[in-house]
Amino acid sequence: MEVSTETEGRFQVVTVEDSRIDAAVALDFKEAMRHATEKGPETVVLDLGKVGFIDSSGLGAVVATMKHLAPDRTLILAGLTPPVSKVFQLTRMDSVFALYPELNDALATLRG
Amino acid sequence: MRWQPCVAEPAAPAGPGRPAPACAFAFSVQGDRGAARRALCEIRQRVAPWQMDIEELSTVEIVLAEVFNNIVEHAYPADLPEGPIEVAGRLRGNGLHVRIADEGCPMPDGRPPLGDRPSPDLDLMDLPEGGFGWFLIRDLAKDVHYRRVGHRNLLDLRLPVAMGRV
Repeated sequence: MEVSTETEGRFQVVTVEDSRIDAAVALDFKEAMRHATEKGPETVVLDLGKVGFIDSSGLGAVVATMKHLAPDRTLILAGLTPPVSKVFQLTRMDSVFALYPELNDALATLRG
Repeated sequence: MRWQPCVAEPAAPAGPGRPAPACAFAFSVQGDRGAARRALCEIRQRVAPWQMDIEELSTVEIVLAEVFNNIVEHAYPADLPEGPIEVAGRLRGNGLHVRIADEGCPMPDGRPPLGDRPSPDLDLMDLPEGGFGWFLIRDLAKDVHYRRVGHRNLLDLRLPVAMGRV
């Protein structure tokens, strides 16, 4: 599970480089996220633009990441592709997270 | 790949003057940690000629991913030997009928979990990190039916996709 990250002042963008966050890599994803966000800024934007598939394990791993960062830090999701968006909508997790269809929308909002 | 009209029950393999092949597939994978990915890859290849739209493919993949994950985690848990996962699918007028069979542990209580709809109203720290699987299966698939026959688990379901194609 590969992620890349870039920090810009008060926020950090973590981009998932894999195309699937599923049962096979859910634990690796959680680990990669902990590592990437260690000692990072208050707001983390998870860029899911390259992710074409997420299952319930992957969804759980994203929830776990959000809980790990809370309460002092926020996890924002961006760039959800239709299949990923569908899973968030069906499980109503789309009302739990701040979601931006495009990464640029999230960045524009954060840059103020 | 060129769209080939399917028939529900072919009399013979396709060829000159013979009926078109069924929109059907059947294969087996070993029920290990990589099973779901391999099985889904196989299914994507087999259904590609049926030209389902992308949202329907997504439904097929989400439901079957959850089914395979459940088998790997619960039917073939880490401390017990693995076994095969057999997958058979057939497109009928009312959707894709799929049977998934394994030779692992039976479902507790002899039936699959209900899979309640997750609640987003919980306190953030109380949000579940799992258990969405059966909810997704039951939300997206119809006619979900589980049977234990001898030493095998049989799960049948119908995905309402590509309807009216055959």
